[in-house]
Amino acid sequence: MERPLKMDKMPKWADVVLIPVISLILAAILSALVIVAIGEDPVEAVNLMVTGALGSTYGWGYTLYYATNFMFTGLAVAVAFHARMFNIGGEGQAMLGGLGVAMVCLYVPWPHWSLALLAACAGAMIFGAAWAAVPAYLQAKRGSHIVITTIMFNFIAAAVLNYMLVNVMRPQGSMDPASARFPEAVHLPTLHELLAPIGISFSKAAPANVTLLVAILACFVVWALIWRTRLGYEIRAYGHSETGALYAGISPVKITMIAMLISGALAGLMATNNVMGEAERLVLNSTEGAGFIGIAVALMGRSHPFGVFLAAILFGFLYQGGAELALWTSIPRELIVVIQALVILFTGALDNMVRMPLEKMFLAMRKGKA
Amino acid sequence: MTVPAIELKGISKSFGPVQANKDISISVAPGTIHGIIGENGAGKSTLMSILYGFYKADKGEIWINGAKTEIPDSQAAIAAGIGMVFQHFKLVENFTVLENIILGAEDGGLLKPSLAKARKTLKELATEYELNVDPDAVIEEIGVGMQQRVEILKALYRQADILILDEPTGVLTPAEADQLFRILHRLKDEGKTIILITHKLREIMEATDTVSVMRRGQMTATVKTSETNPQHLAELMVGRKVLLQVDKVPAKVGAPVLEIENLHVTDEKGVERVKGINLEVRAGEILGIAGVAGNGQSELLEVLGGMRPGTGSIRLNGSPLALSGAGSDARARRDQHIAHVPEDRQREGLIMDFHAWENVAFGYHHDPAYQSGIFMNNAALRADTERKIEKFDVRPADGWLAAKNFSGGNQQKIVVAREIERNPDLLLVGQPTRGVDIGAIEFIHQQIVALRDQGKAVLLVSVELEEIFSLSDRIAVMFDGHIMGERLPHETDEKELGLLMAGVDGKAA
Repeated sequence: MERPLKMDKMPKWADVVLIPVISLILAAILSALVIVAIGEDPVEAVNLMVTGALGSTYGWGYTLYYATNFMFTGLAVAVAFHARMFNIGGEGQAMLGGLGVAMVCLYVPWPHWSLALLAACAGAMIFGAAWAAVPAYLQAKRGSHIVITTIMFNFIAAAVLNYMLVNVMRPQGSMDPASARFPEAVHLPTLHELLAPIGISFSKAAPANVTLLVAILACFVVWALIWRTRLGYEIRAYGHSETGALYAGISPVKITMIAMLISGALAGLMATNNVMGEAERLVLNSTEGAGFIGIAVALMGRSHPFGVFLAAILFGFLYQGGAELALWTSIPRELIVVIQALVILFTGALDNMVRMPLEKMFLAMRKGKA
Repeated sequence: MTVPAIELKGISKSFGPVQANKDISISVAPGTIHGIIGENGAGKSTLMSILYGFYKADKGEIWINGAKTEIPDSQAAIAAGIGMVFQHFKLVENFTVLENIILGAEDGGLLKPSLAKARKTLKELATEYELNVDPDAVIEEIGVGMQQRVEILKALYRQADILILDEPTGVLTPAEADQLFRILHRLKDEGKTIILITHKLREIMEATDTVSVMRRGQMTATVKTSETNPQHLAELMVGRKVLLQVDKVPAKVGAPVLEIENLHVTDEKGVERVKGINLEVRAGEILGIAGVAGNGQSELLEVLGGMRPGTGSIRLNGSPLALSGAGSDARARRDQHIAHVPEDRQREGLIMDFHAWENVAFGYHHDPAYQSGIFMNNAALRADTERKIEKFDVRPADGWLAAKNFSGGNQQKIVVAREIERNPDLLLVGQPTRGVDIGAIEFIHQQIVALRDQGKAVLLVSVELEEIFSLSDRIAVMFDGHIMGERLPHETDEKELGLLMAGVDGKAA
């Protein structure tokens, strides 16, 4: 049966910019209605969020700290997306990454933080990738669905971490299920310490640190990998068509494994920020759900590293702004989660709700012109 | 003058900027077979979808038996006495014939009375129209020809007086097609009106009373079939003179390039699809494999192209090819100078969302010419694409366009350009002109023949007998995983091949 010629329905800028912006506005309107419904002032709330997250270097420091986490996990999900796999295991991979970082920092004496960071990156990537390897193998060889296996591996990761902290890494005499504090030598410079020498004063208390630069570097590397290398070409081709990949001599097993290993490594890298950069020791639940936020970040960023970068900053803002809101108003902590959920809902799940009318509008405009 | 069974007045329909139907008027006399012919994308299926209530026309009126009728959905179409037999059957595979027939037309909540009634009606219909089917047979266990009859019966059971058939012979053997046409004539004699949509000129000439030609959404002509000929219809379809027959010099056949011995292929479900075949393709010849879709030809191509494993022995220029494990994948095949134009360009041959220039590297992305250090040399790739686009006259000549935005013919030209320009020793071609417009068919056929004239071997798989006849230097017929026989094109005819395709050895009989 013949079908009408398909056309690109919208200009690219509308796809990349307009749709996320409209989705955000819709989420904001709905959030405002909820805030009104519980008897608070939405204008005041927005004001608090913006000042809290962006109004000071302290706020920025937190926003960027969260954004760093989300960049890593967002990239992790994005790379798997390109191979048409849904890696929901970012959370577990990041936890294991934390284990890798903690081992590197605790058990090796480091002369300088820069060397420690390099080794910690390697440790985080290896542990994160290893945690992704088992679901990847099961998917590639046995056809076990990656969504199911990666979710299950999140729980196993939490249990493994729990065991390691309680039975292996907990310092003697401590009642706290956490590792010992990392030595001073592996302390990563915060933005305050990085920016002070060039005369910019940045809040001392904020946790944003040098790993932000690692995250930005990771965005560039992922971009080059996906769009400039042969491996990226194969990953994208496989993601678009598995039979096509077979035809072109691209091994589905190989690509599934490699894409998931890269994805797991990126998720693991997050630990250099939250474990090494912020907590400076390994604690239970150190990931705080960042692995899941990565899914929303990747969706909103259209699996493009630049989009992931922007979306990560947006979610960093929501996290920090939300915390401020809970601190200064009687808006309950749970409502912040609702607002974040609305953003995820509109930018991720309800994408088509905005897309379809927009596509129609653009088609009508084009027709009007023709 | 009799009242027309169907009259369409000024039907227009557009999808976004694409005008699929433009001011179409057509009048179909009752008790006739009316053919609608046109290239892919001419708007035939859109027009019929409007008539069947799938789409709503932007403009225009539908008159059924002299009364203006609104058809907002398929229920309304059925109520107006219109039945449709789709190209891809809409049957529930694990239901029986009877269950499929009453599906959606049950009389009440309980099935038993409906089934009993349907059984009785079915018997009447069977005798009236000679449409014999076993009502208790399960759909997945009967042949496609039989399944099609079930579709026709489904329409008749819903009291259709007007029957629309969309490309009905695509999956049939010539013998089955002949049988279908006999049924259609019988239906016509009983007063039914039939609309036959096809892109095959031969069917129009054989089966119809009147034929309407569509081109680019417009109705270009309606003529009595007895007053026209295939050449004339082809010109009306394409809008210019076309060569229906490929011009080619006799083959200069050389040494064997591909030798297949006792090849077996089993699919994912464990069903043996190729059951021990022996074939040889020589340099400078085109070996055509004829057969109804699903008789193992696809699997044969896929094994040769490195897409699935097999057992047996294959030699290329005398040296053996791996059939499973290392060295049996598509990349290894390409390294051994086997090029492959796959049967399904949209799922296999192209990545539809990739730019044309990315697709030009597809399968050859390891070529050092496309690399620069650790990166792909996209500039080199784009330059190569521009050259191929020009040489193969791909339109629009824009390498940045995504593959999905090209027409079927131009997509195929991209694939053919990529594969033939590699100058392979052996070219595997599956359904090279499926869904391709006549103009591009001509061009693609010429390219395949040109490769053969350079002394290369070509293995062609096609379900279109016309294509097999016009390209092949030798024809092998596949049925149920076996080679039923080999023939030379000038020593055989469609009838004999048709019998072989149905599994009947013509010589033995």
